Amino acid sequence: MTNKLVLSNLKHRPVRTFLSLLAIGVEVCMMLTLVGLSEGMLEDAARRATGVGADILIRAPGTSLISMSSASLSEKYLSFFLEQPHVRLAVGTVEQPTGGVSTVTGLDLAEFNAMSGGFKFLAGRPFQNDREVIVDDYYARQNNLSVGSTLNLLNLEWRVCGIVEPGKLARVVVQRRVLQDLTGSTGKLSRIFLKLDDPANTDKVLADLKEKLPDFPMYSMAELTSLYSVSNVPGLSAFIGVIIALSIIVGFLVVFLSMYTAVLERTREVGILKALGASPFYILNIIFRETAILAIAGSVLGIVLTYGSRWAVMVFAPAALTQKIVPDWWPIAGAIAFAGAMLGAFYPAWKAAGQDAIEALSYE
Amino acid sequence: MNNGEIVIRVRNLRKVYHVGDVDVHALRGVDLDVERGEFVSIVGPSGSGKSTLFHILGGLTPPTDGEVYIHGQNLRELSEAGRTELRRREVGFVFQKYNLLPTLSAADNIAIARHIARRNGPEDPRFQQVLELLGIRHRLHHKPRALSGGEQQRVAIARAIVNNPSILLADEPTGNLDTENSNIVLGLLRDLNERLGQTILMITHNPEAAAYGHRIVRMRDGRIQDE
Repeated sequence: MTNKLVLSNLKHRPVRTFLSLLAIGVEVCMMLTLVGLSEGMLEDAARRATGVGADILIRAPGTSLISMSSASLSEKYLSFFLEQPHVRLAVGTVEQPTGGVSTVTGLDLAEFNAMSGGFKFLAGRPFQNDREVIVDDYYARQNNLSVGSTLNLLNLEWRVCGIVEPGKLARVVVQRRVLQDLTGSTGKLSRIFLKLDDPANTDKVLADLKEKLPDFPMYSMAELTSLYSVSNVPGLSAFIGVIIALSIIVGFLVVFLSMYTAVLERTREVGILKALGASPFYILNIIFRETAILAIAGSVLGIVLTYGSRWAVMVFAPAALTQKIVPDWWPIAGAIAFAGAMLGAFYPAWKAAGQDAIEALSYE
Repeated sequence: MNNGEIVIRVRNLRKVYHVGDVDVHALRGVDLDVERGEFVSIVGPSGSGKSTLFHILGGLTPPTDGEVYIHGQNLRELSEAGRTELRRREVGFVFQKYNLLPTLSAADNIAIARHIARRNGPEDPRFQQVLELLGIRHRLHHKPRALSGGEQQRVAIARAIVNNPSILLADEPTGNLDTENSNIVLGLLRDLNERLGQTILMITHNPEAAAYGHRIVRMRDGRIQDE
Protein backbone atom coordinates (compact mmCIF):
# COMPACT_ATOMS: atom_id res chain seq x y z
CA MET A 1 0.00 0.00 0.00
CA THR A 2 2.87 2.37 0.83
CA ASN A 3 4.40 1.72 -2.60
CA LYS A 4 1.03 2.32 -4.22
CA LEU A 5 0.78 5.68 -2.46
CA VAL A 6 4.35 6.57 -3.38
CA LEU A 7 3.87 5.66 -7.05
CA SER A 8 0.54 7.45 -7.23
CA ASN A 9 2.20 10.56 -5.77
CA LEU A 10 4.91 10.38 -8.44
CA LYS A 11 2.33 9.88 -11.20
CA HIS A 12 0.18 12.70 -9.87
CA ARG A 13 2.88 15.30 -10.59
CA PRO A 14 4.45 14.03 -13.84
CA VAL A 15 6.37 17.21 -14.66
CA ARG A 16 7.93 17.44 -11.21
CA THR A 17 8.77 13.74 -11.31
CA PHE A 18 10.26 13.99 -14.79
CA LEU A 19 12.37 17.04 -13.91
CA SER A 20 13.65 15.36 -10.74
CA LEU A 21 14.52 12.21 -12.69
CA LEU A 22 16.21 14.27 -15.38
CA ALA A 23 18.23 16.26 -12.86
CA ILE A 24 19.44 13.10 -11.12
CA GLY A 25 20.05 11.53 -14.53
CA VAL A 26 22.16 14.47 -15.65
CA GLU A 27 24.08 14.32 -12.36
CA VAL A 28 24.88 10.63 -12.92
CA CYS A 29 25.60 11.20 -16.60
CA MET A 30 27.98 14.04 -15.71
CA MET A 31 29.99 11.76 -13.43
CA LEU A 32 30.02 8.83 -15.85
CA THR A 33 30.88 11.01 -18.82
CA LEU A 34 33.79 12.63 -17.02
CA VAL A 35 35.17 9.30 -15.84
CA GLY A 36 34.47 7.79 -19.27
CA LEU A 37 36.30 10.63 -21.02
CA SER A 38 39.27 10.41 -18.64
CA GLU A 39 39.62 6.66 -19.02
CA GLY A 40 38.70 6.67 -22.71
CA MET A 41 41.24 9.30 -23.68
CA LEU A 42 44.01 7.69 -21.67
CA GLU A 43 43.22 4.28 -23.11
CA ASP A 44 43.13 5.75 -26.59
CA ALA A 45 46.51 7.40 -26.04
CA ALA A 46 47.94 4.10 -24.77
CA ARG A 47 46.40 2.20 -27.68
CA ARG A 48 47.88 4.60 -30.20
CA ALA A 49 51.29 4.47 -28.53
CA THR A 50 51.29 0.69 -28.53
CA GLY A 51 50.08 0.77 -32.17
CA VAL A 52 53.56 1.92 -33.15
CA GLY A 53 54.75 -1.66 -32.75
CA ALA A 54 57.62 -0.79 -30.39
CA ASP A 55 58.73 -2.70 -27.31
CA ILE A 56 60.17 0.17 -25.26
CA LEU A 57 59.39 3.88 -24.92
CA ILE A 58 61.97 6.40 -23.68
CA ARG A 59 61.35 10.01 -22.68
CA ALA A 60 63.68 12.85 -21.79
CA PRO A 61 64.85 13.19 -18.19
CA GLY A 62 62.48 15.21 -16.02
CA THR A 63 59.42 14.57 -18.20
CA SER A 64 56.46 12.40 -17.37
CA LEU A 65 54.55 9.96 -19.50
CA ILE A 66 51.38 12.00 -19.69
CA SER A 67 52.56 15.61 -19.58
CA MET A 68 53.17 17.70 -22.70
CA SER A 69 56.75 18.91 -22.74
CA SER A 70 59.00 20.43 -25.37
CA ALA A 71 61.34 18.19 -27.33
CA SER A 72 64.54 17.98 -25.28
CA LEU A 73 66.00 14.61 -26.18
CA SER A 74 68.92 14.81 -28.57
CA GLU A 75 68.57 12.93 -31.85
CA LYS A 76 72.06 11.52 -31.14
CA TYR A 77 70.43 9.10 -28.73
CA LEU A 78 68.82 7.31 -31.69
CA SER A 79 72.20 5.99 -32.77
CA PHE A 80 73.16 5.31 -29.16
CA PHE A 81 70.10 3.11 -28.68
CA LEU A 82 70.60 1.38 -32.02
CA GLU A 83 74.05 0.31 -30.82
CA GLN A 84 72.57 -1.44 -27.76
CA PRO A 85 72.23 -5.23 -27.77
CA HIS A 86 68.90 -6.62 -29.06
CA VAL A 87 67.72 -3.18 -30.30
CA ARG A 88 66.73 -3.49 -33.94
CA LEU A 89 64.96 -0.21 -34.66
CA ALA A 90 64.68 3.22 -33.01
CA VAL A 91 62.08 5.86 -33.92
CA GLY A 92 62.16 9.41 -32.61
CA THR A 93 59.07 11.60 -32.51
CA VAL A 94 58.36 15.23 -31.70
CA GLU A 95 55.06 16.29 -30.09
CA GLN A 96 53.80 19.82 -30.14
CA PRO A 97 50.53 20.91 -28.47
CA THR A 98 48.16 22.70 -30.83
CA GLY A 99 45.55 23.75 -28.28
CA GLY A 100 43.40 21.91 -25.76
CA VAL A 101 44.31 18.26 -25.65
CA SER A 102 45.33 18.14 -29.32
CA THR A 103 48.88 17.69 -30.54
CA VAL A 104 50.73 17.48 -33.81
CA THR A 105 53.40 14.79 -34.09
CA GLY A 106 56.57 15.01 -36.13
CA LEU A 107 57.75 11.72 -37.66
CA ASP A 108 60.38 10.43 -39.96
CA LEU A 109 58.06 8.36 -42.09
CA ALA A 110 60.72 5.93 -43.29
CA GLU A 111 61.79 5.15 -39.69
CA PHE A 112 58.17 4.90 -38.55
CA ASN A 113 57.12 2.64 -41.43
CA ALA A 114 59.94 0.25 -40.72
CA MET A 115 58.78 -0.15 -37.14
CA SER A 116 55.01 -0.03 -37.43
CA GLY A 117 54.40 -1.35 -40.91
CA GLY A 118 53.30 2.13 -41.95
CA PHE A 119 50.02 3.97 -41.96
CA LYS A 120 47.12 2.47 -43.85
CA PHE A 121 46.00 5.22 -46.20
CA LEU A 122 42.25 5.57 -46.68
CA ALA A 123 42.87 8.42 -49.11
CA GLY A 124 45.86 10.33 -50.48
CA ARG A 125 49.54 9.53 -50.08
CA PRO A 126 52.60 10.15 -47.87
CA PHE A 127 54.42 13.53 -47.63
CA GLN A 128 55.94 15.02 -50.74
CA ASN A 129 56.78 18.47 -49.45
CA ASP A 130 57.24 20.35 -46.17
CA ARG A 131 53.78 21.89 -45.71
CA GLU A 132 51.87 18.66 -45.92
CA VAL A 133 50.06 16.92 -43.14
CA ILE A 134 48.63 13.44 -42.66
CA VAL A 135 45.51 13.13 -40.46
CA ASP A 136 43.59 10.12 -39.22
CA ASP A 137 40.00 9.40 -40.18
CA TYR A 138 38.53 10.70 -36.87
CA TYR A 139 40.35 13.99 -37.17
CA ALA A 140 39.32 14.35 -40.82
CA ARG A 141 35.65 13.70 -39.99
CA GLN A 142 35.64 16.06 -37.00
CA ASN A 143 37.22 18.85 -39.01
CA ASN A 144 35.54 18.11 -42.37
CA LEU A 145 38.88 17.51 -44.06
CA SER A 146 39.63 15.63 -47.25
CA VAL A 147 42.75 15.20 -49.28
CA GLY A 148 43.70 18.61 -50.63
CA SER A 149 41.99 20.52 -47.80
CA THR A 150 43.90 23.20 -45.98
CA LEU A 151 44.51 22.91 -42.27
CA ASN A 152 45.82 25.65 -39.97
CA LEU A 153 48.39 24.34 -37.50
CA LEU A 154 50.90 26.41 -35.51
CA ASN A 155 49.65 29.51 -37.36
CA LEU A 156 50.59 28.03 -40.73
CA GLU A 157 48.51 26.64 -43.57
CA TRP A 158 49.09 22.94 -44.26
CA ARG A 159 47.74 20.82 -47.10
CA VAL A 160 46.21 17.49 -46.18
CA CYS A 161 48.06 14.94 -48.29
CA GLY A 162 46.69 11.76 -46.72
CA ILE A 163 43.96 10.38 -44.51
CA VAL A 164 44.89 7.23 -42.60
CA GLU A 165 43.26 4.62 -40.39
CA PRO A 166 43.35 5.68 -36.74
CA GLY A 167 45.24 3.78 -34.05
CA LYS A 168 48.89 4.44 -34.83
CA LEU A 169 50.62 6.99 -32.59
CA ALA A 170 49.01 10.27 -33.63
CA ARG A 171 46.00 11.85 -35.26
CA VAL A 172 47.91 14.69 -36.93
CA VAL A 173 51.36 13.97 -38.37
CA VAL A 174 53.88 16.20 -40.13
CA GLN A 175 57.49 15.62 -41.08
CA ARG A 176 59.73 15.54 -37.99
CA ARG A 177 62.40 17.82 -39.42
CA VAL A 178 59.81 20.44 -40.38
CA LEU A 179 58.21 20.41 -36.93
CA GLN A 180 61.61 20.55 -35.20
CA ASP A 181 62.55 23.64 -37.23
CA LEU A 182 59.21 25.32 -36.65
CA THR A 183 59.29 24.82 -32.89
CA GLY A 184 62.95 25.74 -32.47
CA SER A 185 63.93 22.23 -31.46
CA THR A 186 66.13 21.23 -34.34
CA GLY A 187 67.84 17.94 -33.58
CA LYS A 188 65.62 17.30 -30.56
CA LEU A 189 63.02 14.64 -29.86
CA SER A 190 60.14 14.20 -27.41
CA ARG A 191 60.07 10.41 -27.35
CA ILE A 192 62.06 7.49 -28.68
CA PHE A 193 60.48 4.13 -29.45
CA LEU A 194 62.66 1.01 -29.59
CA LYS A 195 61.88 -2.26 -31.32
CA LEU A 196 63.85 -5.27 -30.17
CA ASP A 197 64.89 -8.39 -32.01
CA ASP A 198 62.59 -10.36 -29.69
CA PRO A 199 59.94 -8.91 -27.33
CA ALA A 200 61.04 -11.54 -24.78
CA ASN A 201 64.20 -9.49 -24.27
CA THR A 202 62.29 -6.39 -23.19
CA ASP A 203 62.91 -6.68 -19.45
CA LYS A 204 66.57 -7.46 -19.93
CA VAL A 205 67.13 -4.53 -22.33
CA LEU A 206 65.11 -2.20 -20.14
CA ALA A 207 67.17 -3.10 -17.07
CA ASP A 208 70.36 -2.60 -19.01
CA LEU A 209 69.26 0.80 -20.36
CA LYS A 210 68.09 1.99 -16.97
CA GLU A 211 71.49 1.23 -15.59
CA LYS A 212 73.19 3.18 -18.35
CA LEU A 213 70.73 6.10 -18.38
CA PRO A 214 69.25 6.20 -14.88
CA ASP A 215 67.60 9.64 -15.30
CA PHE A 216 65.60 8.69 -18.38
CA PRO A 217 62.00 7.55 -17.87
CA MET A 218 61.67 4.25 -19.74
CA TYR A 219 58.71 1.96 -20.07
CA SER A 220 57.93 -1.37 -21.65
CA MET A 221 54.74 -1.26 -23.71
CA ALA A 222 53.01 -3.53 -21.19
CA GLU A 223 53.86 -1.03 -18.44
CA LEU A 224 52.71 1.81 -20.62
CA THR A 225 49.15 0.57 -20.83
CA SER A 226 48.85 0.34 -17.06
CA LEU A 227 50.54 3.70 -16.56
CA TYR A 228 47.97 5.47 -18.73
CA SER A 229 45.51 5.61 -15.83
CA VAL A 230 43.59 8.33 -14.01
CA SER A 231 45.79 8.05 -10.93
CA ASN A 232 48.95 8.70 -12.97
CA VAL A 233 47.72 11.97 -14.46
CA PRO A 234 48.63 14.80 -12.12
CA GLY A 235 45.48 16.47 -10.77
CA LEU A 236 43.00 14.31 -12.70
CA SER A 237 41.80 12.35 -9.66
CA ALA A 238 41.34 15.62 -7.78
CA PHE A 239 39.47 17.08 -10.76
CA ILE A 240 37.14 14.07 -10.88
CA GLY A 241 36.69 14.42 -7.12
CA VAL A 242 35.65 18.06 -7.53
CA ILE A 243 33.14 17.18 -10.25
CA ILE A 244 31.71 14.39 -8.10
CA ALA A 245 31.40 16.78 -5.16
CA LEU A 246 29.61 19.26 -7.41
CA SER A 247 27.35 16.46 -8.64
CA ILE A 248 26.44 15.57 -5.06
CA ILE A 249 25.64 19.21 -4.32
CA VAL A 250 23.52 19.50 -7.48
CA GLY A 251 21.69 16.24 -6.67
CA PHE A 252 21.19 17.32 -3.09
CA LEU A 253 19.76 20.71 -4.09
CA VAL A 254 17.49 19.30 -6.79
CA VAL A 255 16.01 16.64 -4.53
CA PHE A 256 15.84 19.05 -1.61
CA LEU A 257 13.86 21.55 -3.68
CA SER A 258 11.70 18.88 -5.28
CA MET A 259 10.83 17.11 -2.03
CA TYR A 260 10.46 20.35 -0.11
CA THR A 261 7.92 21.55 -2.68
CA ALA A 262 6.22 18.16 -2.65
CA VAL A 263 5.95 18.16 1.14
CA LEU A 264 4.61 21.72 1.12
CA GLU A 265 2.06 20.80 -1.56
CA ARG A 266 1.03 17.76 0.41
CA THR A 267 0.82 19.35 3.83
CA ARG A 268 -2.88 18.58 4.03
CA GLU A 269 -2.31 15.00 2.91
CA VAL A 270 0.27 14.55 5.64
CA GLY A 271 -2.36 15.84 8.08
CA ILE A 272 -4.87 13.30 6.73
CA LEU A 273 -2.41 10.45 7.15
CA LYS A 274 -1.66 11.57 10.69
CA ALA A 275 -5.37 11.78 11.50
CA LEU A 276 -5.65 8.18 10.28
CA GLY A 277 -2.96 7.18 12.76
CA ALA A 278 0.18 7.36 10.62
CA SER A 279 3.30 7.62 12.76
CA PRO A 280 6.17 10.01 11.96
CA PHE A 281 8.09 6.94 10.74
CA TYR A 282 5.28 6.13 8.30
CA ILE A 283 5.53 9.64 6.84
CA LEU A 284 9.36 9.46 6.68
CA ASN A 285 9.05 6.10 4.97
CA ILE A 286 6.81 7.54 2.24
CA ILE A 287 9.12 10.48 1.52
CA PHE A 288 12.29 8.37 1.54
CA ARG A 289 10.73 5.68 -0.66
CA GLU A 290 9.67 8.34 -3.12
CA THR A 291 13.20 9.75 -3.11
CA ALA A 292 14.73 6.29 -3.48
CA ILE A 293 12.58 5.59 -6.55
CA LEU A 294 13.59 8.95 -8.04
CA ALA A 295 17.26 8.28 -7.29
CA ILE A 296 17.27 4.74 -8.69
CA ALA A 297 15.24 5.60 -11.81
CA GLY A 298 17.30 8.79 -12.24
CA SER A 299 20.52 6.77 -12.03
CA VAL A 300 19.29 4.35 -14.69
CA LEU A 301 18.34 7.33 -16.85
CA GLY A 302 21.81 8.78 -16.22
CA ILE A 303 23.45 5.57 -17.44
CA VAL A 304 21.29 5.65 -20.59
CA LEU A 305 22.19 9.33 -21.08
CA THR A 306 25.87 8.34 -20.93
CA TYR A 307 25.39 6.39 -24.16
CA GLY A 308 23.93 9.58 -25.59
CA SER A 309 26.90 11.65 -24.48
CA ARG A 310 29.27 9.06 -25.96
CA TRP A 311 27.35 9.21 -29.24
CA ALA A 312 27.62 13.02 -29.19
CA VAL A 313 31.37 12.81 -28.55
CA MET A 314 31.81 10.32 -31.38
CA VAL A 315 29.80 12.44 -33.78
CA PHE A 316 31.04 15.91 -32.87
CA ALA A 317 34.54 15.41 -31.47
CA PRO A 318 35.82 11.95 -32.38
CA ALA A 319 39.43 13.11 -32.69
CA ALA A 320 39.68 15.39 -29.68
CA LEU A 321 37.78 13.22 -27.21
CA THR A 322 37.25 9.51 -26.65
CA GLN A 323 34.61 8.43 -24.20
CA LYS A 324 34.52 4.98 -22.72
CA ILE A 325 31.46 3.37 -21.14
CA VAL A 326 32.56 2.45 -17.62
CA PRO A 327 30.14 -0.11 -16.10
CA ASP A 328 32.41 -0.36 -13.04
CA TRP A 329 31.37 3.18 -12.21
CA TRP A 330 27.60 2.63 -12.59
CA PRO A 331 27.08 1.45 -9.00
CA ILE A 332 29.47 4.13 -7.70
CA ALA A 333 27.70 6.97 -9.54
CA GLY A 334 24.32 5.48 -8.58
CA ALA A 335 25.33 5.27 -4.93
CA ILE A 336 26.61 8.86 -4.98
CA ALA A 337 23.36 10.08 -6.57
CA PHE A 338 21.34 8.00 -4.10
CA ALA A 339 23.24 9.41 -1.11
CA GLY A 340 22.87 12.98 -2.41
CA ALA A 341 19.14 12.47 -3.00
CA MET A 342 18.57 10.96 0.44
CA LEU A 343 20.49 13.81 2.00
CA GLY A 344 18.32 16.24 0.04
CA ALA A 345 15.13 14.50 1.18
CA PHE A 346 16.13 14.42 4.82
CA TYR A 347 14.97 17.88 5.87
CA PRO A 348 11.68 17.81 3.91
CA ALA A 349 10.95 14.34 5.30
CA TRP A 350 11.78 15.40 8.84
CA LYS A 351 9.61 18.51 8.41
CA ALA A 352 6.69 16.42 7.11
CA ALA A 353 7.03 13.84 9.88
CA GLY A 354 7.05 16.54 12.53
CA GLN A 355 4.09 18.47 11.14
CA ASP A 356 1.27 19.23 13.54
CA ALA A 357 -1.76 17.28 12.34
CA ILE A 358 -4.25 20.02 13.16
CA GLU A 359 -2.25 22.72 11.38
CA ALA A 360 -1.67 20.39 8.43
CA LEU A 361 -5.38 19.62 8.13
CA SER A 362 -6.26 23.30 8.03
CA TYR A 363 -3.60 24.02 5.36
CA GLU A 364 -5.11 25.46 2.17
CA MET B 1 -28.23 0.71 21.14
CA ASN B 2 -27.03 2.47 24.32
CA ASN B 3 -26.00 -0.04 26.97
CA GLY B 4 -24.76 2.27 29.69
CA GLU B 5 -21.07 1.63 29.05
CA ILE B 6 -19.22 4.95 29.06
CA VAL B 7 -16.95 5.23 26.03
CA ILE B 8 -15.91 8.85 26.53
CA ARG B 9 -15.52 10.45 29.95
CA VAL B 10 -14.38 14.07 30.10
CA ARG B 11 -13.80 15.85 33.42
CA ASN B 12 -12.86 19.51 33.92
CA LEU B 13 -11.12 19.55 30.53
CA ARG B 14 -9.06 22.64 29.81
CA LYS B 15 -7.04 23.60 26.80
CA VAL B 16 -4.88 26.69 26.50
CA TYR B 17 -3.19 27.65 23.22
CA HIS B 18 -0.21 29.96 23.36
CA VAL B 19 -0.47 32.36 20.44
CA GLY B 20 2.60 34.59 20.60
CA ASP B 21 2.52 36.14 24.09
CA VAL B 22 -1.21 35.58 24.45
CA ASP B 23 -2.85 32.58 26.12
CA VAL B 24 -6.07 31.56 24.41
CA HIS B 25 -8.38 29.52 26.67
CA ALA B 26 -10.17 27.29 24.15
CA LEU B 27 -11.72 24.95 26.77
CA ARG B 28 -12.46 26.18 30.28
CA GLY B 29 -13.59 23.08 32.18
CA VAL B 30 -15.69 20.70 30.10
CA ASP B 31 -17.47 17.68 31.58
CA LEU B 32 -19.05 15.16 29.25
CA ASP B 33 -19.99 11.48 29.25
CA VAL B 34 -20.83 9.56 26.09
CA GLU B 35 -22.22 6.05 26.23
CA ARG B 36 -21.44 3.32 23.72
CA GLY B 37 -23.85 3.51 20.79
CA GLU B 38 -24.83 7.13 21.43
CA PHE B 39 -25.14 9.70 18.65
CA VAL B 40 -24.27 13.07 20.19
CA SER B 41 -24.48 16.37 18.32
CA ILE B 42 -22.26 19.19 19.53
CA VAL B 43 -23.38 22.66 18.50
CA GLY B 44 -22.15 26.12 19.27
CA PRO B 45 -20.89 29.30 17.63
CA SER B 46 -17.40 29.66 16.17
CA GLY B 47 -14.80 29.88 18.93
CA SER B 48 -16.97 27.97 21.41
CA GLY B 49 -14.39 25.17 21.67
CA LYS B 50 -16.19 22.46 19.64
CA SER B 51 -13.26 21.79 17.34
CA THR B 52 -10.75 21.82 20.19
CA LEU B 53 -12.85 19.24 22.03
CA PHE B 54 -13.00 17.22 18.79
CA HIS B 55 -9.22 17.40 18.38
CA ILE B 56 -8.55 16.33 21.97
CA LEU B 57 -11.01 13.44 21.82
CA GLY B 58 -9.39 12.34 18.55
CA GLY B 59 -5.92 12.42 20.05
CA LEU B 60 -4.74 15.10 17.65
CA THR B 61 -3.66 17.40 20.50
CA PRO B 62 -3.13 16.77 24.21
CA PRO B 63 -5.27 18.48 26.88
CA THR B 64 -3.71 21.18 29.06
CA ASP B 65 -5.56 20.06 32.18
CA GLY B 66 -8.42 17.80 33.23
CA GLU B 67 -9.14 14.19 32.43
CA VAL B 68 -10.24 12.54 29.19
CA TYR B 69 -10.89 8.82 29.15
CA ILE B 70 -11.53 6.92 25.94
CA HIS B 71 -12.48 3.35 26.73
CA GLY B 72 -10.96 3.83 30.15
CA GLN B 73 -7.67 5.07 28.72
CA ASN B 74 -6.54 8.44 30.14
CA LEU B 75 -5.42 10.62 27.21
CA ARG B 76 -3.32 12.85 29.47
CA GLU B 77 -1.08 9.90 30.17
CA LEU B 78 -0.58 9.12 26.51
CA SER B 79 2.61 10.05 24.70
CA GLU B 80 2.55 11.26 21.09
CA ALA B 81 3.01 7.64 20.01
CA GLY B 82 0.14 6.60 22.29
CA ARG B 83 -2.15 9.21 20.74
CA THR B 84 -1.12 8.00 17.28
CA GLU B 85 -2.13 4.47 18.31
CA LEU B 86 -5.43 5.83 19.64
CA ARG B 87 -6.20 7.44 16.25
CA ARG B 88 -5.30 4.20 14.55
CA ARG B 89 -7.55 1.94 16.62
CA GLU B 90 -10.18 3.82 18.60
CA VAL B 91 -11.16 6.87 16.57
CA GLY B 92 -12.40 7.51 13.05
CA PHE B 93 -12.58 11.02 11.61
CA VAL B 94 -14.98 12.53 9.11
CA PHE B 95 -14.11 16.08 8.06
CA GLN B 96 -16.08 18.87 6.47
CA LYS B 97 -13.75 18.91 3.44
CA TYR B 98 -13.79 15.10 3.07
CA ASN B 99 -9.97 15.00 3.19
CA LEU B 100 -9.48 12.09 0.83
CA LEU B 101 -6.03 11.55 -0.62
CA PRO B 102 -6.37 12.90 -4.16
CA THR B 103 -3.85 10.53 -5.74
CA LEU B 104 -5.60 7.36 -4.58
CA SER B 105 -8.84 5.76 -5.70
CA ALA B 106 -11.79 5.60 -3.29
CA ALA B 107 -10.96 1.94 -2.59
CA ASP B 108 -7.34 2.78 -1.84
CA ASN B 109 -8.36 5.69 0.38
CA ILE B 110 -10.23 3.16 2.47
CA ALA B 111 -7.47 0.55 2.21
CA ILE B 112 -4.80 2.93 3.45
CA ALA B 113 -6.64 3.38 6.73
CA ARG B 114 -6.46 -0.40 7.19
CA HIS B 115 -2.80 -0.39 6.20
CA ILE B 116 -1.93 2.33 8.69
CA ALA B 117 -3.77 0.37 11.40
CA ARG B 118 -1.74 -2.68 10.28
CA ARG B 119 -4.92 -4.60 9.51
CA ASN B 120 -3.67 -6.39 6.46
CA GLY B 121 -5.76 -9.52 6.89
CA PRO B 122 -9.13 -10.22 5.30
CA GLU B 123 -11.68 -7.44 5.47
CA ASP B 124 -14.29 -7.55 8.24
CA PRO B 125 -17.50 -8.96 6.64
CA ARG B 126 -19.38 -6.19 8.44
CA PHE B 127 -17.54 -3.71 6.23
CA GLN B 128 -19.23 -5.09 3.12
CA GLN B 129 -22.51 -4.32 4.83
CA VAL B 130 -21.22 -0.80 5.44
CA LEU B 131 -20.31 -0.33 1.77
CA GLU B 132 -23.83 -1.45 0.81
CA LEU B 133 -25.26 0.94 3.32
CA LEU B 134 -23.15 3.81 1.99
CA GLY B 135 -24.03 2.99 -1.62
CA ILE B 136 -20.52 3.55 -2.98
CA ARG B 137 -19.53 0.05 -4.00
CA HIS B 138 -19.79 0.89 -7.72
CA ARG B 139 -17.68 4.08 -7.29
CA LEU B 140 -14.75 2.57 -5.42
CA HIS B 141 -12.31 2.62 -8.34
CA HIS B 142 -12.73 6.29 -9.02
CA LYS B 143 -10.37 8.98 -7.77
CA PRO B 144 -11.86 11.66 -5.51
CA ARG B 145 -11.92 14.25 -8.32
CA ALA B 146 -14.33 12.00 -10.23
CA LEU B 147 -16.73 11.76 -7.29
CA SER B 148 -19.43 14.19 -6.20
CA GLY B 149 -19.17 15.87 -2.80
CA GLY B 150 -21.76 13.49 -1.36
CA GLU B 151 -19.90 10.46 -2.73
CA GLN B 152 -16.58 11.74 -1.39
CA GLN B 153 -18.10 12.18 2.05
CA ARG B 154 -19.52 8.66 1.93
CA VAL B 155 -16.05 7.33 1.05
CA ALA B 156 -14.66 9.36 3.96
CA ILE B 157 -17.23 7.76 6.28
CA ALA B 158 -16.28 4.30 4.99
CA ARG B 159 -12.62 5.10 5.62
CA ALA B 160 -13.41 6.35 9.12
CA ILE B 161 -15.14 3.15 10.19
CA VAL B 162 -13.17 0.51 8.26
CA ASN B 163 -11.12 -0.31 11.36
CA ASN B 164 -14.18 -0.59 13.63
CA PRO B 165 -13.29 2.40 15.81
CA SER B 166 -14.99 2.88 19.15
CA ILE B 167 -15.90 6.44 18.23
CA LEU B 168 -16.68 8.21 14.97
CA LEU B 169 -15.89 11.91 15.18
CA ALA B 170 -17.59 13.95 12.47
CA ASP B 171 -16.65 17.63 12.13
CA GLU B 172 -19.32 19.49 10.13
CA PRO B 173 -19.80 16.47 7.83
CA THR B 174 -22.47 18.27 5.81
CA GLY B 175 -20.79 21.70 5.79
CA ASN B 176 -19.83 21.43 2.11
CA LEU B 177 -22.89 19.60 0.86
CA ASP B 178 -26.23 20.66 -0.60
CA THR B 179 -29.43 19.80 1.23
CA GLU B 180 -30.07 16.57 -0.66
CA ASN B 181 -26.56 15.18 -0.07
CA SER B 182 -26.61 16.49 3.51
CA ASN B 183 -29.74 14.48 4.21
CA ILE B 184 -28.19 11.38 2.62
CA VAL B 185 -25.00 11.68 4.71
CA LEU B 186 -26.88 12.40 7.93
CA GLY B 187 -29.23 9.49 7.20
CA LEU B 188 -26.22 7.25 6.71
CA LEU B 189 -24.68 8.36 10.00
CA ARG B 190 -27.96 7.61 11.74
CA ASP B 191 -28.13 4.19 10.05
CA LEU B 192 -24.58 3.40 11.11
CA ASN B 193 -25.53 4.34 14.63
CA GLU B 194 -28.85 2.51 14.73
CA ARG B 195 -28.00 -0.59 12.71
CA LEU B 196 -24.37 -1.11 13.66
CA GLY B 197 -24.27 0.60 17.05
CA GLN B 198 -21.52 3.03 16.03
CA THR B 199 -20.86 5.71 18.65
CA ILE B 200 -20.88 9.09 16.92
CA LEU B 201 -19.94 12.61 18.01
CA MET B 202 -20.90 15.16 15.41
CA ILE B 203 -20.03 18.84 15.40
CA THR B 204 -22.44 20.99 13.44
CA HIS B 205 -23.74 24.53 13.04
CA ASN B 206 -26.90 23.27 11.46
CA PRO B 207 -29.84 22.74 13.90
CA GLU B 208 -31.52 20.32 11.47
CA ALA B 209 -28.36 18.23 11.32
CA ALA B 210 -27.99 18.37 15.09
CA ALA B 211 -31.47 16.94 15.43
CA TYR B 212 -30.24 13.62 14.02
CA GLY B 213 -28.40 13.00 17.31
CA HIS B 214 -29.85 11.37 20.40
CA ARG B 215 -28.89 14.44 22.33
CA ILE B 216 -27.52 17.86 21.57
CA VAL B 217 -24.67 19.38 23.58
CA ARG B 218 -24.42 23.18 23.27
CA MET B 219 -21.07 24.86 23.80
CA ARG B 220 -20.19 28.50 24.34
CA ASP B 221 -16.94 30.18 25.41
CA GLY B 222 -15.13 26.91 26.03
CA ARG B 223 -17.82 25.44 28.26
CA ILE B 224 -20.84 23.21 27.85
CA GLN B 225 -23.83 25.52 28.15
CA ASP B 226 -26.58 22.94 28.27
CA GLU B 227 -27.58 19.49 27.06
